[in-house]
Amino acid sequence: MAEGTTVQSTQSADPKPEGRFEPRIIGFLCWWCAYTGADLAGTSRIKYSPNVSVIRVMCSGRVDSSFVLKALRGGADGVLIAGCHPGDCHYINGNMKTAARFPLLRNMLRQFNVEDERVRLEWVSASEGDKFARIVDEMTEDIRKLGPLNWEANVGGK
Amino acid sequence: MEAPKEKLKLAFYWGASCGGCEISLLEIGAKLLKVVEIADLVFCPCLVDTKYKDVEAMPDGYINVSFYNGAVRSSENEHIAKLLRQKSQVLVAYGSCATDGGVPALSNLYTLKETKHRAYHESESTVNPDGVEPVPESSVNGYDLHLPTLYNTVRKLSDVVKVDFKIPGCGTAPDTTWNAIEQLVTGNLPEPGGVLGAGRKAVCEECPYERRETRITGFHRPHTYVPPEKDQCLLEQGIVCMGPATRSGCGAMCLQAKLPCRGCYGPLPGIEDQGAKVIAAIGSLVASEDEEEIKNVVDQIVDPAGTFYRFSMANSYMVRRKLDE
Repeated sequence: MAEGTTVQSTQSADPKPEGRFEPRIIGFLCWWCAYTGADLAGTSRIKYSPNVSVIRVMCSGRVDSSFVLKALRGGADGVLIAGCHPGDCHYINGNMKTAARFPLLRNMLRQFNVEDERVRLEWVSASEGDKFARIVDEMTEDIRKLGPLNWEANVGGK
Repeated sequence: MEAPKEKLKLAFYWGASCGGCEISLLEIGAKLLKVVEIADLVFCPCLVDTKYKDVEAMPDGYINVSFYNGAVRSSENEHIAKLLRQKSQVLVAYGSCATDGGVPALSNLYTLKETKHRAYHESESTVNPDGVEPVPESSVNGYDLHLPTLYNTVRKLSDVVKVDFKIPGCGTAPDTTWNAIEQLVTGNLPEPGGVLGAGRKAVCEECPYERRETRITGFHRPHTYVPPEKDQCLLEQGIVCMGPATRSGCGAMCLQAKLPCRGCYGPLPGIEDQGAKVIAAIGSLVASEDEEEIKNVVDQIVDPAGTFYRFSMANSYMVRRKLDE
């Protein structure tokens, strides 16, 4: 993330318990809204789970379903796609293309026995730093309960 | 084609397949005589009486070209794949099952236990009052019998051995087969691991239908619906068509017969996951801008994983369903 988002963790009230599973979440954030929102969460010094690795894209419409599948196959425990609210897209309707792909992708992931909580689509505006932090916290807790995905081992299992 | 001085030695083996690939070879018709002029079939369980031990007795690299059709789902499939790799100079994955997993790989959406239960207990044609299931080792009248073991995950050929070339299709179109044979004989070959005989563009390029930039308002299954427009793109009329993400070379045969493309030629060059690309194509075409309405439209697609990965499950990112254990 950008330079303004280094949260000081020296006075953390909730130190990481030994051996706790830390989910690895890949976040595809649209540059105009969600990424700026995440940036705001950082500059506002909002404390939230450090489990999301952010990949900035120009538009949530750029997030091909294959990105999500490749992330899950490559070791991610969850994937977050975040973009502008409907009607706010800087490319007119890029986010609506993702909105149409997402339910189809979710239906398909259910057939692969991937839990709904692992892949989320959220609308985060540039002013919603607190919402972004809440989503990441929620998602981290949900996935922590589910446990690691570890897809490569799943595919290799005879 | 000019006949080489010494006849080529060919092998044709079936793994987990239906036998259609052998038939698709016959579909090249009278041209088969030209193949027989320049080549001998040294191993083909479907057509000639040869045993595994005959292949084992061959020196390494004895066979010029081996065509392996069918997916790899049992220890026997894997054993013969490795054996043919060792005995052949060139190993070609022939047909969708060998290149991408094909229809057998759809059982990756189930566990092995579920697949066996369906096959040996549940299916309508099964009569099995004693509930017998095949076991790898058994003893009958003092003889020890060995059966190959089934794997939980059906894989494509290149997951098991190095594959030199691929010929896609279920079944491979006669033109593709013939082009591939010509390429092999003349040495006009693609990069290693590349595709022989097929095109490099999408099926849409060969499709007779016209795109009119209409958006989709609902989906229909092809056997329940006759599209009202005779010459308009089937996808735009709400029939799931794999054309936009599928390699050409078949001459859009299914579409010529007014049926949607099912995706048997596998992903386009540069695409690693055929199903995800179809989701992208369909997502761009749904007419609504309302999230609830969009959901209702795409929920009309029954069995998305089985439709989008009908032939390419073993060549996708996910490959199989998550096992609960």
